[in-house]
Amino acid sequence: MADEARANGAPSPIDPCEVGRIFREESGRSIATLIRRFGDIDVAEDAVQDAFAIALERWPVDGLPPNPGGWVTTTARNRAIDRLRRAARERELLGQASVMGPQPFDRDAPEEVGPVQDDRLRLIFTCCHPALAVEAQVALTLRLLGGLSTSEVASAFLVPEPTMEKRLVRAKHKIRAARVPYRIPEDHELPARLPPVLAVVYLIYNAGLNGRAQSALCGEAIRLATVLAELMPDEGEVAGLLALLLLIEARRAARTAPDGSLVLLADQDRSRWDRGLIAEGHAIVRACLRRNRPGPYQIQAAINAVHADASTFQETDWAQIVALYDQLLAMTPTPVVALNRAVAVGEVAGPAAALALVEDLELDGYHPFHATRADLLWRVGRRAEAGIEFQRAAETAQTEAEREFFGLGGRWGARSP
Amino acid sequence: MPHYMLAAHTRQEDTAPALTDEEMKASWQRIQRVEADLKSADAWVFSARLHDPDTATVVRVSNGDVLTTDGPFAESKDHLGGFYVIEAADLDAALAWAARVSEAIGNPIEVRPFAGVAWEPGG
Repeated sequence: MADEARANGAPSPIDPCEVGRIFREESGRSIATLIRRFGDIDVAEDAVQDAFAIALERWPVDGLPPNPGGWVTTTARNRAIDRLRRAARERELLGQASVMGPQPFDRDAPEEVGPVQDDRLRLIFTCCHPALAVEAQVALTLRLLGGLSTSEVASAFLVPEPTMEKRLVRAKHKIRAARVPYRIPEDHELPARLPPVLAVVYLIYNAGLNGRAQSALCGEAIRLATVLAELMPDEGEVAGLLALLLLIEARRAARTAPDGSLVLLADQDRSRWDRGLIAEGHAIVRACLRRNRPGPYQIQAAINAVHADASTFQETDWAQIVALYDQLLAMTPTPVVALNRAVAVGEVAGPAAALALVEDLELDGYHPFHATRADLLWRVGRRAEAGIEFQRAAETAQTEAEREFFGLGGRWGARSP
Repeated sequence: MPHYMLAAHTRQEDTAPALTDEEMKASWQRIQRVEADLKSADAWVFSARLHDPDTATVVRVSNGDVLTTDGPFAESKDHLGGFYVIEAADLDAALAWAARVSEAIGNPIEVRPFAGVAWEPGG
């Protein structure tokens, strides 16, 4: 029978690694659907895990099903029903299994059809609910939507696995006990509820950017941002975040030298920038400009688009960048934005002007502040003070590559002969 | 429907200047408005205010001996000053009520879900 099916055009068998990859891509959607159906995160997770075990057995032999996502959801749903029926000899579990919104679980009930509301959107708003700590939001998002295992999430954030396990269990318990709702916020709630979602995705990207071993997180963040942009096409900030990530990603390969050391924007080999990603990012930024409802992510994307436009550091349209930072600073008046604006001002009006802007910022201990101040001090000729400030940058840096880079005096250091 | 406690915590040595009579009256009116809205939304279960923690007594029984100590169980600058017990559909609804109460009384509100509520012994 199986041979016959294959002869009739069924896809050829696939290897287990490929099963894992496809499964991870599809699992977020399945988990999200099952949480809505069964009202419980653990039930959904266990069922999808069951389906994965079955897929590992069957797909390498029978080949990929025509609609892998649908297969995972249906298989997991049936496994969940089996499990619950078995457990339902004690009736109360049946009662408990509908905490987040009762849905009858009947194997023969038709699946919802029509304009399907993607459940992943509900799930990300639950994972990133402001009642949960940011670390819990990030962990839940990667575990439930990204399909990462607990140990993968733990190693991505350099946390022991039992600690991460506890964090996830605690967060899921709070969701259940306090009844964090499983729904998409209404329009009037979005201004409060969307920022933490975007912040979590951006945080995941930056965790990947700053740790070489965790670079898979960059891809995961872009995947999440892409899903969000598809599901919320009217939200300019969602598009802005996606564009921002694509434009930073385009330069990621060029920011590390072959020996692992950091390469600043000024010194990057721009032929190594990914033109495809830049074009994608540019297209989104242009669409945002047409929409004309700017927000912090859109402006940061626009700033990165200006950088991507310049064929050399010197040819960068710094006046345009300063203007964008003015807009960003007005919207989010934080010392970090003021620092980045000062750097751009330095390229237009010289290091002395930038230094004056940097001096009053309260950012002690934030390594980009010390690195920037060191660089500006060096450029105005205050070399001794610059040396002290470079040491401070090295002490506060987050990664080994950065510690080494600043320890040697940044881009003015004696690294190259 | 789930029950939540909205707990008002106050800081003992709050250095904030005491409220004027006017401010006190305005705060009281705001609280009454929130309470009326809780009632008409069928969210109200009950509310309570507590005396200061220095009126508390802790009782312990150890080997059949009753030990009584003066003062609260936990020495802390923050203490529970009062609370509402409400019914709400989910955490978002409870947080929305908490925001209104916090605004009315000018203090933070801790929202805690009940694990169980009994109206009868053993319920």
